[in-house]
Amino acid sequence: MAADEQFYREYILDHYKNPRNFGRIEAADITHEEYNPLCGDMVGMDFRVRDGVIEDVKFHGRGCAISQASASLLTERLKGMTLDEAQQVGKDDVLEELGIDISPARLKCALLSLKVLKVGAYGLAAEEEDEQ
Amino acid sequence: MATTSTSSTKTLDVESVRRDFPIFETGIAYLDSANTSQRPRQVTGAMQEYFEKYNANILRAAYGISETATERFEGAREKVKRFVNARSAKEIIFTSGTTESINLVAYSWGRANVRAGDLIVCTVMEHHSNLVPWQVLAAEKQARLEFVDVDQQGRLRQDQFQALLEQKPKLVAFNQISNTLGTVNPYREMTAAAGSAGAKVLIDGAQGAPHMGFDVQDAGCDFYAFSSHKMCGPTGVGVLWGRRELLEEMPPFMAGGEMIKVVRLEGTTYADLPHKFEAGTQPIAEVIGLGAAVDYLTGIGFDAIRAHEEQLTEYAYEALTEIEGLRIFGPPLGPDRAGVLSFDVAGIHPHDLSTILDRNGVCVRSGHNCTMPLMTRLDVAAVARASLYLYTTKTEVDRLVQGLKEAKRIFE
Ligand SMILES: Cc1ncc(COP(=O)(O)O)c(C=O)c1O
Repeated sequence: MAADEQFYREYILDHYKNPRNFGRIEAADITHEEYNPLCGDMVGMDFRVRDGVIEDVKFHGRGCAISQASASLLTERLKGMTLDEAQQVGKDDVLEELGIDISPARLKCALLSLKVLKVGAYGLAAEEEDEQ
Repeated sequence: MATTSTSSTKTLDVESVRRDFPIFETGIAYLDSANTSQRPRQVTGAMQEYFEKYNANILRAAYGISETATERFEGAREKVKRFVNARSAKEIIFTSGTTESINLVAYSWGRANVRAGDLIVCTVMEHHSNLVPWQVLAAEKQARLEFVDVDQQGRLRQDQFQALLEQKPKLVAFNQISNTLGTVNPYREMTAAAGSAGAKVLIDGAQGAPHMGFDVQDAGCDFYAFSSHKMCGPTGVGVLWGRRELLEEMPPFMAGGEMIKVVRLEGTTYADLPHKFEAGTQPIAEVIGLGAAVDYLTGIGFDAIRAHEEQLTEYAYEALTEIEGLRIFGPPLGPDRAGVLSFDVAGIHPHDLSTILDRNGVCVRSGHNCTMPLMTRLDVAAVARASLYLYTTKTEVDRLVQGLKEAKRIFE
């Protein structure tokens, strides 16, 4: 029982129930969606970019607490970053921010929003992203 | 013995059954048998005996242990023949599983018999294994593929099925039991109606064979496919039963060793049934293991197995229904409801449910269960699924309910 509470920490549940930056941006500069083929969960992101800076970012989709909280956390981190800075954000940053032990089966959930960023903003092939 | 006789019907002593399955000593609550079942000592023991006492290839050598291996391998075929009540053991083809069995029919029978404009009838509740092969075939042949819908309670819409039969389909393919909804389909009636309309019928028995067995003559279908690993046997082997006249006419699916009669550079003649469809070295230990699984299940008896599962399904169904916000998909309790309970809980994603359950030692499936079109039809992204078998106990169901309450508390 204690194990569950450690896994589903208060802030993760908070981001799941009250996601930050949830919604759509009209006439966004970058829009991209990715699916988790294992479960059909989806995360999409819209970016508004001015002079190379991410002025606004919103996400939409449906999925488990891990994928949705991770997306919410990522949007908070990205807002205000330059695209160059955002490109440096990696798997370890996302996992560290989540701050929980992710089992291999749930890794794809945790990293789905990062995949949206990488494939959508930098045109990385989805397969390349999966391999990393 | 795992059964005791009370008056005329055998009942199943679950504690004695569980002693045959060493994995339960780990303390897990295993509620994912629709995914793959556990395997008793009788099965692993038979396989180990092959490896340690008479490991050799079959059909190819004239020395003692190879002959023993061949005998046990063909003996397993006889067991499977009796299990599905086939007329002849030549109608029993060993494959790698339900998926290969269905692909064999699609590629061999389908390519030879389906033409442009022909109709194939499938259903929205099929596992991808009994759906994608027909999409591939239909695309290749420019045939039409239509799907029978389900009603609100997860039963096939028989009115739609009848209407499709009026268009004289070439083939009708559906499952005996749905691996997501737990619906037991009225396969006798459906097969009879399809037969009168001139269609061939394939039944996917992956979920049916393990829990109810099957009688191919009584069912009247043309093909029946199932997997060993869902019925207490090992992975890597499954069965295609086909009507002999059809199998005789069908071209080979895979070519190579074992499936030939005479090979010359100018051309080859093929082996007789069933070997025509069994190219290459066979999964010998697995086939022997499947034979042992058939013995194990028939020894306990399907009446006893079904009675145990019905009792437990009722128990689980009622316990789950009491959880607020929990919704079970598929038919209500009754004769056409099997022990496959897919559900969701308002506000908690099935993945999160299964993660919390896992942390309490309870194994359930979460996701689309390889039935993505059905998920779309039910308008859900995923479901959680608890599935029961002959070794499942009420205590395991209680642990599931406990875990779900725990999840609700965390996600409050
Ligand atoms: C109804 C149904 N059909 C087909 C299959 C595929 O079986 P296998 O993966 O053993 O080929 C399954 C297994 O999940 C199933 O439940």
